[in-house]
Amino acid sequence: MSFTITIDKRKILVEEGCALIDAAADNGVFIPNLCYTRGKPCLGTCRVCSVRVNGKVTAACTVPVTPGMVVEVNEPEVSEMRKLLVEALFSEGNHNCPSCEKSGRCELQAVAYEVEMTASPFPYRNPKRTRETAAEHIFLERDRCIFCQRCVEHVRDAETGQAIFAIHGRGTTARIEMDVALADKLTPEQVRAAADLCPVGCILQKGVGFDDPMGQRKFEVKSLRKRVLEGESS
Amino acid sequence: MDRFVERLVGEVLDRFGSDRTRLMDMLWEVQRTRGHISEDAIAALAKGLNMSVPDVAETVTFYHFFRTAPFAQHVIYLADTVIARMNGYDAVRAALIEATGADFGVHDSNGQFGLDDAPCIGLSDQEPAMLLDDVVFSSLTPEKVFEIVAALRSGKSAEELANPEAFEKTSVDYVDAVAEAKILKSGPVLFQEGRDYAAIVKSVVERTPEEIIAEVDASDIRGRGGAGFPAGLKWRLAREAEGAEKYIICNADEGEPGTFKDRALLTHSAKDVLLGMIAAAHSVGSRTGIIYLRAEYWYLKAFLEGQIEEFKAAGLLDKNILGSGLDFDIRIQMGAGAYVCGDETALIESCEGKRGTPRVKPPFPIQHGYLGMPTVVNNVETFALCSRIVEKGGAWFTAMGTEQSSGTRLLSVSGDCVRPGIYEIEWGMTLDEVLKMIGADNAVAVQISGPSGEMLRVDKDRYRKFCYSDLSCNGSMMVFNASRDLLEVARHFTEFFVHESCGICTPCRSGGVDMLAKIDRVIAGRAVAQDLEEFKLWGKLMMATSRCGLGTTAPNPILTTLAKFPELYEARLNTSKSWLLSSFDMEDAMSEFDRAVDNLVREDVQ
Repeated sequence: MSFTITIDKRKILVEEGCALIDAAADNGVFIPNLCYTRGKPCLGTCRVCSVRVNGKVTAACTVPVTPGMVVEVNEPEVSEMRKLLVEALFSEGNHNCPSCEKSGRCELQAVAYEVEMTASPFPYRNPKRTRETAAEHIFLERDRCIFCQRCVEHVRDAETGQAIFAIHGRGTTARIEMDVALADKLTPEQVRAAADLCPVGCILQKGVGFDDPMGQRKFEVKSLRKRVLEGESS
Repeated sequence: MDRFVERLVGEVLDRFGSDRTRLMDMLWEVQRTRGHISEDAIAALAKGLNMSVPDVAETVTFYHFFRTAPFAQHVIYLADTVIARMNGYDAVRAALIEATGADFGVHDSNGQFGLDDAPCIGLSDQEPAMLLDDVVFSSLTPEKVFEIVAALRSGKSAEELANPEAFEKTSVDYVDAVAEAKILKSGPVLFQEGRDYAAIVKSVVERTPEEIIAEVDASDIRGRGGAGFPAGLKWRLAREAEGAEKYIICNADEGEPGTFKDRALLTHSAKDVLLGMIAAAHSVGSRTGIIYLRAEYWYLKAFLEGQIEEFKAAGLLDKNILGSGLDFDIRIQMGAGAYVCGDETALIESCEGKRGTPRVKPPFPIQHGYLGMPTVVNNVETFALCSRIVEKGGAWFTAMGTEQSSGTRLLSVSGDCVRPGIYEIEWGMTLDEVLKMIGADNAVAVQISGPSGEMLRVDKDRYRKFCYSDLSCNGSMMVFNASRDLLEVARHFTEFFVHESCGICTPCRSGGVDMLAKIDRVIAGRAVAQDLEEFKLWGKLMMATSRCGLGTTAPNPILTTLAKFPELYEARLNTSKSWLLSSFDMEDAMSEFDRAVDNLVREDVQ
């Protein structure tokens, strides 16, 4: 069944059951996000896709469209909130784009450009986080983890179905952990897929890096916005 | 691997049918036998449950009371609360360190004692208070601490000390001996003596589910947990939802600092709660109930199990209740120290053996709850009230309270007043009336609904009413007189939320830390007017974008004190015309220099 909703005063026709974030993308409205992956269950962790739905601020990945829904995306106050959330993520971890292998392929970086972030208004915390190097093919750079849960929820050991990644601790002590034995069972393609799934440079594939020259990196060739609007999953 | 651990884990896995959704129970079994949950134990559990090791550890490391390393024979958790700090917390803390030879986070030389912090343990009317093994000690003084520690050294158990008359653990006398329930005003609804439970259960099962729901609907009762969702509607929606099984969960994770009324209900009206759950089960069509009990209330577990057994013996629970064909059984699920599990979806995750991450909503528990099935989660007080509504009728209930807020509500009163304790009030009382009732003549400020609620200013809010459209209090009420530093109170509450944030969503995980750092700057006299504006902006961000109620209410301590007592903040602002940024901390900046000298310069040169 299809019905209409309104996004930024424009009426659009949507399909029942569709997540608001997808319905928006299908109609040319880009809503930045860092945890959602089209076609996979919603995680609702980063909150960067916050928009106003019927007057209430709501994460666009968490709500299915409903008839007559009134959505505000590019309204100043809620746009500012999305920007603040991205800025909070930058202050919380250690995100140094120039030295990061993921630069140019990093969704956090791309989203920061989208929300026109310059410097974070939140104090930079410069946390001390240790990295995990024990796996044969994966390098876990915890400085950059934004706790999106993509790897925790979407990456599984093919044979047992067990989780390979998990979040230990909580709040400020939360940290990403990896089952090294299971990680070592991943094929090179699966490792690549896990690294690509990571929206930042936390899960990295060992032995490769900086393979695309500046100017020809993923989001330079085609922007994140364009990819989302064309329905590509990350 | 340690053979003992291997055998223990094997037994535990057998007992719970290697069902990973019972991981919380298995972890408790291991910890209570071994004192901690070792790497070996985690690995053995993972193997037995077809889980990866980090996946099991995700649950273990989330909860405050689970330990992955050995600590001490007696672990003492001293409640660090705003109320305790008003009543001699510092002296008690120092006495504990001196008496035990241990320190916070560090055990003594022979591993007999270990100290740790805990947030509110549900004894705010008798603080300072501490958890020790499975019991609690309250109204602590340094002298009392030395006595307790000396007795433990002489070989007495904590249990013997807390229960000198050796009451049976399943008796209410035992619970009263361990933790007194100061019920200062009861009735007309709760804490009734001599109820004929068999007759009431009979009248429930003889009616149709629709009739019971209609009665609850007619009472206009709204959930007492805080969100205030109409209980009758919740039951109806769960009844109408599709599901092979349906579940009734009683939220006894009373974690809001300053609240202790559910503890009193579970002690003196436990059967009311069971009865309310039976009425819900009959209404919804459920065969299984769970009481999610916070680990701080371990001393209530045996008693509650005894109450359930008594109901079973009387034919009021289990199979074919009073010959009606209705089956309903209740189990107790122990929490392990996580405030966020008071959120109904985090609580459900915990019941399923996982870390207490609040779920994305929709879907709501009434559609997709415990094990993916329609689930009713209600607060202890809601079930107890419903047990009276199904007995006396909805109209009887609406005759009390106000037009919009029917019935009564329990207040847990603590802080600067003559009579701290538990009061049952009809909705509609004013703050002024309540303050007179509790003997709080000098009250300047009142924190209503705990840290997640709001700070009231008595001279301005005196005639506001307790009701859902105004002071929709969740039961916690902390009173402060003019001698208290409300900025320190707001700071303590903010820090509590930082500790308790599950960390899954950006605004709560990150915003709380920034709010805390900023209020520290205000208190240190290094904030400027712009900082107060940023409180409002960042607070609004957390309120609007956080995933669950913890994050959306976490800025309240600062925002509501700032709104009600702006002069307290303004008085601490740095108004100097110095060329240095006010946020710049000279001492802190220079400490780097001292550290560098220590690390880099040879000792003989220093």
